[in-house]
Amino acid sequence: MVIEAEENRRDFLILATGAVGVAGSAAAAWPFIRSWSPSADVLALATTEADLSALTEGQMITIPWQGKPIFILYRTAEQIAQAKEADSASLPDPEQDKDRVHKEQYLVLLALCTHLGCVPQPIGTGDFGGFLCPCHGSHYDTSGRIRKGPAPKNLPVPYYTFKDDHTIVIGKPV
Amino acid sequence: MSKLMEWVDARIPVSDMIKSQATEYPTPKNLNYWWNFGSLALFMLIIMILTGLFLAMHYKPDAKQAFDVVEHIMRDVNYGWLLRYLHANGATFFFIIIYVHIFRGMYYGSYRAPREILWWIGVIIFFLMMGTGFLGYVLPWGQMSYWGAAVITNLITAVPVIGEDLVIWVWGGFSVDDATLNRFYVLHFLLPFVIFALVIVHMWALHAVHSNNPDGIDIVDEKKDTLPFHPYFTIKDLYGIGVLLIIYCWFVFFAPNAFLEPDNYIPANPMQTPAHIVPEWYFLPFYAILRSIDFLGSFSKLAGVIAMVGAILVLFVLPFLDRSPVRSFRYRPLSRSLFWIFVANSIMLGWVGYNPADATAFDGALPLIILGRTGTAIYFGYFVMLFIVTAFKIEKPLPLPKSL
Ligand code: HEM
Ligand code: FES
Repeated sequence: MVIEAEENRRDFLILATGAVGVAGSAAAAWPFIRSWSPSADVLALATTEADLSALTEGQMITIPWQGKPIFILYRTAEQIAQAKEADSASLPDPEQDKDRVHKEQYLVLLALCTHLGCVPQPIGTGDFGGFLCPCHGSHYDTSGRIRKGPAPKNLPVPYYTFKDDHTIVIGKPV
Repeated sequence: MSKLMEWVDARIPVSDMIKSQATEYPTPKNLNYWWNFGSLALFMLIIMILTGLFLAMHYKPDAKQAFDVVEHIMRDVNYGWLLRYLHANGATFFFIIIYVHIFRGMYYGSYRAPREILWWIGVIIFFLMMGTGFLGYVLPWGQMSYWGAAVITNLITAVPVIGEDLVIWVWGGFSVDDATLNRFYVLHFLLPFVIFALVIVHMWALHAVHSNNPDGIDIVDEKKDTLPFHPYFTIKDLYGIGVLLIIYCWFVFFAPNAFLEPDNYIPANPMQTPAHIVPEWYFLPFYAILRSIDFLGSFSKLAGVIAMVGAILVLFVLPFLDRSPVRSFRYRPLSRSLFWIFVANSIMLGWVGYNPADATAFDGALPLIILGRTGTAIYFGYFVMLFIVTAFKIEKPLPLPKSL
């Protein structure tokens, strides 16, 4: 004979056990998942300082920030003019040159191609007078904007500030 | 001895198992040499695990030490050069064998009922092998290791919304670095054992439905159509292993770097990408498919990744796309032509993947990107055409033999 109250009780217990099991496993998985996220010492290396006083017009340096390359280019007047001219061209990822620099002469870029993360080659290697990514042929202009090739976005401008006229601090302190 | 076996068999029936599943296991008598590649793959897996374990006893997964420690294995460890060259070239031969094994299944219709699950387990193993090969290639921490890892992990950023955060989680930092190398090493160590477990399931499924054969017809009379596995196929498999060992060892001893990239003997440098990144050869057709989608503006990246992953995933639905009443392409002239176009196209795609993205052929007359796009269309076209040709009965299969 089936006792209905007993049946309901059993169904409830099975459901409750299942729910606790699933929630418990999910909670227990969290520390394991989080252990893959950047550790405290990695996060602590959030900023990098660079001295630009030795940089002359037309010169470019590469410095590491969080293990990634940063291009700092002292742009020539011609390169600045080229960048401004292209403001009105049809851009895959439209941005004005003035929104991508703090001081017109210094172009600061996170030098990882927005396609699949290769480091583009130095200034002057690509069409549009800019940077060529050798991996799959993306061309960036003298403002680091994508102009041609598979990359979807402009080279990102990292967060940076000028500590004084010649010292740049890249990254936000955490 | 027999007393001992009796004692064991009363507790765990080993003799029965060996008899029914190995020595006396009925095997179609008409299997050709393309059926050797399964046992060859198992042989390679064992070689990879063995050499890998002994390499692991010297290797250090540390971004500051990894490159040097591989050189230390090559120069200082007794027979370390042999272990490494066996392992590095072993990956190449493992993949050659697996590709033949997969093409064999596609040609003789081995993915058709009742072998769908057997086929799916195979595709999963292939997937995990690609993962293992990729992870292993990162370990020597040369320029190709580093930039291969950077490019492939960056595919994750194509995932909408969470892509950027996901890749940081995978890296354990803001770029491919020490944390990445360490976890990749652990996964590279683990996955082959997962593969091994899946191979056992693969064999289980195989022995439940039995081998297909070149004629693709079912066994009618077990007595007439099959032979016991031992000694007929043990000896045939051993012969295959002998041939494999001659070719494999020739490379290991006389051209050990034929499949390795010179750039990978330059230590990883996160500040500079080599002029031309190429993945290991066994990824090239898929790499070409990834790169061929570059005409969709800002959707190109995601679309390229979807096409590349889709190129493997489509193998899962193959059993349902092929609607022919006949399994083996021996008796299916149209499917057979499609198949050979598919094989030639895969090799062509591999060649496109090997070349720089902006390369051209015939003195600049033919940009390779055009070939890449065409090849991608043909790759997926194969599956569409196979469906059309069979579902709408366009193909008239030849008469099948009555028995093997
Ligand atoms: C499915 C089987 C496997 C495949 C396809 C595979 C593939 C690879 C590849 C392509 C490399 C890079 C070789 C080079 O360029 O030097 C490598 C390196 C390595 N693998 Fe494996 N592997 C497998 C199994 C294993 C196993 C089971 C272990 C350990 C238990 C292992 C440990 C290592 C170590 C320590 C290295 C770094 C040393 C070196 O670069 O030669 N592998 N593997
Ligand atoms: S990574 Fe730069 S074009 Fe692909």
